[in-house]
Amino acid sequence: MNAFYTLFLVLALMLIAIFGVGAAHLNGLFGVWLPYAAAAVFIGGFCWRVYKWATIPVPFRIPTTAGQQKSFDWIESNPIDNPSTTRGTWLRMMGEVFLFRTLFRNTQTKLYYEPGQEPKVAYFSQKWLWLFAIMFHYSFLIIVVRHLRFFTDPVPFLVNVTEQLDGIVQMFQPNFYMTDAMIVLGVGYLFIRRLTRAQIRYLSLAADFFPLFLILGIALSGIYMRYIDRVDVATIKQLTMGLATFHPVVPEGIAMSFYVHLFLVCALLFYFPFSKLMHMGGIFLSPTRNMANNNRFVHHENPWNPRIPPHSYAAYEDDFREPMAEAGLPLDKPLEQGAGE
Amino acid sequence: MAAKVIDKKDLLTSIDYEHLPKTGVFDTPIDFRPGTWCYPAKPEILEKLHFPNPRVWSPADVDWKLPENWKEIVHNGFKERLEKYRSFKVFLDICVRCGACADKCHYYIGSGDPKNMPVLRAELLRSIYRNDFTMAGKILGKLNGARVMEEDVLKEWFLYFYQCSECRRCSLYCPYGIDTAEITMMARELLQLVGVNINWIMEPVSNCNRTGNHLGIQPHAFKEIVEFMCDDIEEYTGVRVNPPLNEKGHEVLFVTPSGDAFADPGIYTFMGYLLLFHHIGLDYTLSTYASEGGNFGLFTNSDTMQKLNGKMYAEANRLGAKWILGGECGHMWRVVNQYMDTMNGYMQGPQMTVPRNPITGTVFNNAAATKMVHIAEFTADLIKHGKLKLNPSRNDHIKTTYHDSCNPARGMGLLEEPRYVLKNVCNNFYEMPPQTIREQTFCCAGGSGLNNDEFMEMRMRGGLPRGNALRYVVDKHGVNNMACVCAIDRATLIPLADYWAPGVKISGLHELVANALEMEGQNEREYNLRGEAFADLMEEAE
Ligand code: SF4
Ligand code: SF4
Repeated sequence: MNAFYTLFLVLALMLIAIFGVGAAHLNGLFGVWLPYAAAAVFIGGFCWRVYKWATIPVPFRIPTTAGQQKSFDWIESNPIDNPSTTRGTWLRMMGEVFLFRTLFRNTQTKLYYEPGQEPKVAYFSQKWLWLFAIMFHYSFLIIVVRHLRFFTDPVPFLVNVTEQLDGIVQMFQPNFYMTDAMIVLGVGYLFIRRLTRAQIRYLSLAADFFPLFLILGIALSGIYMRYIDRVDVATIKQLTMGLATFHPVVPEGIAMSFYVHLFLVCALLFYFPFSKLMHMGGIFLSPTRNMANNNRFVHHENPWNPRIPPHSYAAYEDDFREPMAEAGLPLDKPLEQGAGE
Repeated sequence: MAAKVIDKKDLLTSIDYEHLPKTGVFDTPIDFRPGTWCYPAKPEILEKLHFPNPRVWSPADVDWKLPENWKEIVHNGFKERLEKYRSFKVFLDICVRCGACADKCHYYIGSGDPKNMPVLRAELLRSIYRNDFTMAGKILGKLNGARVMEEDVLKEWFLYFYQCSECRRCSLYCPYGIDTAEITMMARELLQLVGVNINWIMEPVSNCNRTGNHLGIQPHAFKEIVEFMCDDIEEYTGVRVNPPLNEKGHEVLFVTPSGDAFADPGIYTFMGYLLLFHHIGLDYTLSTYASEGGNFGLFTNSDTMQKLNGKMYAEANRLGAKWILGGECGHMWRVVNQYMDTMNGYMQGPQMTVPRNPITGTVFNNAAATKMVHIAEFTADLIKHGKLKLNPSRNDHIKTTYHDSCNPARGMGLLEEPRYVLKNVCNNFYEMPPQTIREQTFCCAGGSGLNNDEFMEMRMRGGLPRGNALRYVVDKHGVNNMACVCAIDRATLIPLADYWAPGVKISGLHELVANALEMEGQNEREYNLRGEAFADLMEEAE
């Protein structure tokens, strides 16, 4: 059900763009003002969220230790999965961000039946999620980098290189980008997985389907523009450069598919800071991953640390002085003195 | 075992990962059947601790006798914690519901109840967070997975946050490190605010506060227990040990969980420590005031944890000890490793120094701030330097495996030291499958204060993955012993093994160390510390 609602929502968004530009001729709104607003909300919202997180204290150092601690020289410690230094922590974090290391280790638990025996709990390596997730995220990143050519003049070297590498498989005219296919595949898998795996379907919310459809919509409209509609890139660049240089212009003759594409991107930017997509910023602030396991040798300060003293020994002795004396346990205050109080 | 435990076949057939309830997460009625929840705290105990809302009630009742303004209390408590813990806020915000954690929880594996998937466990709280503290939740409501706080929600929290043993296995697999244990801790703090808690945690807390240990053993009784153990040691080994109690002027203060002073087979581990210290002539003292390493405050709230933990430093200062040696305990070491110095480091007296092993000269630089060394580290260092006279063949009747406790594994990383010790005192050591040990280890299903009898059904369910792994090495290698370095494990793994892998005994590490020690002036050593004849055990094993 959730999947349907959100699919309709994304389709509705596309219709809004079509009507807005096609019927109401609000080209300025859809081509300039909405993109500006979306960019502002995205940048402002993103920074605000990260800033909010960063201002909350981290009272305790609680890394999840996924390997041997550092103890003796003769016991090999795991400097990345159980880091004791900043360098190790940094490497661990980079592994998470760039390689999705934790996800790579994912397993799937099943009950495995053999005839006549009690079922066995079996663990299967489960790398599909890692594979498609990493494919999706990197495709997205490369596509974003490629799109920088619309906002820069001259186009930076790195953007050109990325573009050329991405288009290295020359299959169609115009040049076919691998990432265009990969992002659709990646999102497709994430979607299908949510529908077909009973457990995942059960825990999925509308908020899990919506970004998938939205991104799929963006990718497909982009693909349509480029390979089928074959829009005029020069006029589009005129508009985007106008945006980038804060001298907005809305040239005539830009295809409708561009406006649909752009509007969906705006929707994504608007939505981003309020959604789970903030995991992009949040991962850097996750205390179980961004801290070293060095609490036993490097002091960590809790800014709100209360000072709650234990029940004191004096009170304890007062409570038990007599039996302690009888048992011959040493006392701080001799029996006679203590009894007087 | 007091409670009647669910039949094994019924348990197994009830697990179904594929067919989930027809009703959605928040529309599925909650089931308070006995065996899945723990008894609430007795009013007199809460009164002693000055905790809110002491009363007689039961989770099975319709009316939980909550304070009138309970919603407000919970809401404000929630807000306060969002501002105090970055972990809490970030973890509530960034979960993408990828489900990588879903099938990693032992309670889920053993029950198939979707609300035991860590992600949905967290959603039980997150749904309220969305409604009360986020704009999207307020506007979109149910569509965005938000819901309004009601009494049923609170009941659900009680059920499922006391079906989480805070073992952190989920956090190991989460791509963002979301630690549902951290969320459970916060949920339990919130529940505490309105007097919803369990006796098995609050009674030890209260005891520990007054008598210095969970079991409420008073000082003179503690001394008696230690003397009994010394008598047993003398009877079985021919060596008389004389452990100092509450004595000033010793170099080391030794603290271990009180479970080791009380329950079988923990006492054999305690005897093991005493024998070891005698063997090397350690200058140490025990304390009746700080006679508890475990800290059920960790399962209560951070203030209580700090209060109970502070005793160790207070006592080290009073007795003039230079550093603290800690015994085999699970969550004690989570507290020592992750919280102790931060919370209570300011209490350390000037006499405390970076721990140095007086026998080998090794300086424990990895404990420079806490001044507290794990006994497995200490003994590993002794063995490495050849300071122990060992005869591992005395343990030849044992085929042992090793259970990593969650806390030392995922909250510290103590993996190799105990294995090193174990391999030096036992000739037959076999690992369980890799997905069930070290950092991937499975909980005994009784951690975080859930090791009581009334919770037995969930314990056996949650014990399935550990039991299954144990069964595997029993079938494959004939394993007959599982060693561990946790007092709760030593108690909980016994019914677990009886249920899932009958015939396996549970032992502490230092029990096995002591059985292998060649003591000066010892007798023929015909008996182990349990008083069992080695000859009989050998025969049994063959
Ligand atoms: S693995 Fe992490 S992000 Fe994925 S569902 Fe679990 S808690 Fe959420
Ligand atoms: S901390 Fe352990 S018990 Fe709790 S949800 Fe995670 S895996 Fe389950």
